[in-house]
Amino acid sequence: MAHMFAFAESRGGELRKSALESVAAARQAADSTGGGEVHALLIGAPGIGGKAQDLAKVGADVAIVVEHAGLERYSPEVFAATAAAVLKAKGCRAAFFGATAMGKDLAPRVAATLGVSLASDLTSFAIDGDALTGRHATHTGKIITTLRLTGTPAVATIRPGAIKAVPNAKAGAVETMAPAMDPAAAKVVVTAIGAKGDAKLDLGDAPVIVSGGRGLKEAGNFKLVEELAAAFGNAAVGATRAVTDDGWRDASTQIGQTGRIVSPELYVAVGISGAIQHLAGMRTSKVIVAINRDKDAPIFKVADYGIVGDLFEIVPKLTEAVKKARSH
Amino acid sequence: MGTPRLGCPLSTYVERGTGGEVELGRSLANRAFRGYFRGRNPNPGNPVKIAVCIKRVPDMDGRFTIAGDGKSLDQNGLKFDIADFDGYAVEVALQLNEKNAPGESVVVSVGPDGVQETLRKALGMGVDRAIQLKADEVPFDGSAIAAALAAELKEGGYDLILFGRMATDSANQSVAPMVAQMLGLPCVTAVSKLEIAGGKGQAERQLEGATESVEFPLPAVLSIDEGVARPRLPSLKGIMAAKKKPLEVKPAQLGEARLTVTKLELPAERPAGRIVGEGADAVPELVRLLHDEAKVL
Repeated sequence: MAHMFAFAESRGGELRKSALESVAAARQAADSTGGGEVHALLIGAPGIGGKAQDLAKVGADVAIVVEHAGLERYSPEVFAATAAAVLKAKGCRAAFFGATAMGKDLAPRVAATLGVSLASDLTSFAIDGDALTGRHATHTGKIITTLRLTGTPAVATIRPGAIKAVPNAKAGAVETMAPAMDPAAAKVVVTAIGAKGDAKLDLGDAPVIVSGGRGLKEAGNFKLVEELAAAFGNAAVGATRAVTDDGWRDASTQIGQTGRIVSPELYVAVGISGAIQHLAGMRTSKVIVAINRDKDAPIFKVADYGIVGDLFEIVPKLTEAVKKARSH
Repeated sequence: MGTPRLGCPLSTYVERGTGGEVELGRSLANRAFRGYFRGRNPNPGNPVKIAVCIKRVPDMDGRFTIAGDGKSLDQNGLKFDIADFDGYAVEVALQLNEKNAPGESVVVSVGPDGVQETLRKALGMGVDRAIQLKADEVPFDGSAIAAALAAELKEGGYDLILFGRMATDSANQSVAPMVAQMLGLPCVTAVSKLEIAGGKGQAERQLEGATESVEFPLPAVLSIDEGVARPRLPSLKGIMAAKKKPLEVKPAQLGEARLTVTKLELPAERPAGRIVGEGADAVPELVRLLHDEAKVL
């Protein structure tokens, strides 16, 4: 029986989806090794402790709450020192972080502080005797690498969406502690977090993504993509690198090898030829639809369903049809 | 190109489509010159010493075949180059040094002698000197690599230690923050915008659906994302000059490898899809399939 650690990421006082998924991963690890406790670390401004019960609902036995007025935003040094202190004090067997912008920054620092190694961006894992084994997409998704990590604690980041949070309610004890380092002494200071545009749904959370490429011809035509996304109701809008490089869309919406890697339930590629760089970011989507005028475009090789033709005629029709289908 | 202003973020110096080292180099030198005499040099009399840690990786556009041992790549026919993001980091170092001349830039890479080709490429881009931390192979474990780099960089007196956001082969994104932790230096990862002035830095990082603004003091460790600077191509003159630049070879003091590869697999091919039809007439059938067959609508 071994205790497990989960990092509960929050932003602006709200838990992120990865917080629940990290707890779910830790729960899975604890239950597979004899049912130890899951300790979830929740750091933020005063009031963040109110979110502890949401962690208990998905399997956290204990929420360790660190509230401090100086920790409204991420502070890498304070977060790393505090996570390392908790891991040491609790003697956890493994530590799980989301492979998010924050988790990928924080987990290596925690591992290095504790003198252990890190397994990154796992899509599945198991605790196997003295090792944690897991799978990780390498070489821009062209290779699936199976890894073996030894040492305690085993520190891992989990790819968002790979381990789903499921209801698994625990009593949910709450412990409070002070940050392991004075936030005022941190050298790296996050001074602001600016939201991007009016995107309500993050690409990583959206069950449907509608993406546009050069085939749209100009930035203004992206409204066709936005209208189709709006018709789905639960869709986020992505773009290819060509489009973000040209400034048609914000760089944060780029899907591909060098941008976001997504795997929604449905991915609709509009006017996208399917360069390797783009395919690396979306090929694990459950269902892929492609609309492109060139029947030989590589996107049709990965698409489950394709329509060949003029997107300017097809997309408005599809938008209408999706609206109609969803109103039934 | 409009009238440049010194002290503006590096990203505003990115010139798309020109690509020529000479032109970019000269225009930056002119800016630095004018800026200096306006008293607006962002870092007057304070040249920056920068280390850039780079990795030699296979060309990701190629086809990969798994070797007979089941846990390594068949090296036959693989082409190698500097990892994409590491190229951005080299460019950032060059631009910073051009702005704050005279600075010094040093590239460091862990690996077998093949990495010398990658180091020479960076020298050809304009980096001053190179260090190979020689190892028979590059461990998969980021902490083992970080230990070797930290041992080398510890006494180097660097103002900045730069990395690419991630190596495109192992995709661990772990070495930069681990080196920072080992050296007790501030660290900002995945920097997409950067300004260095007066011993301090300001950076932006892309979060999911948001941007984070960060301030930090030098010396610091940074990992560079796209968006800060587009790497230049080595010029012929640069390539010739690179042959005479110092490339030092030292044994890598690797840390213990606790993360190891046990198996490589090619991802399952997606089953062949189908063309539903041509033009807008195919829309009703597509919607029917999404609803009845794929059940995503």
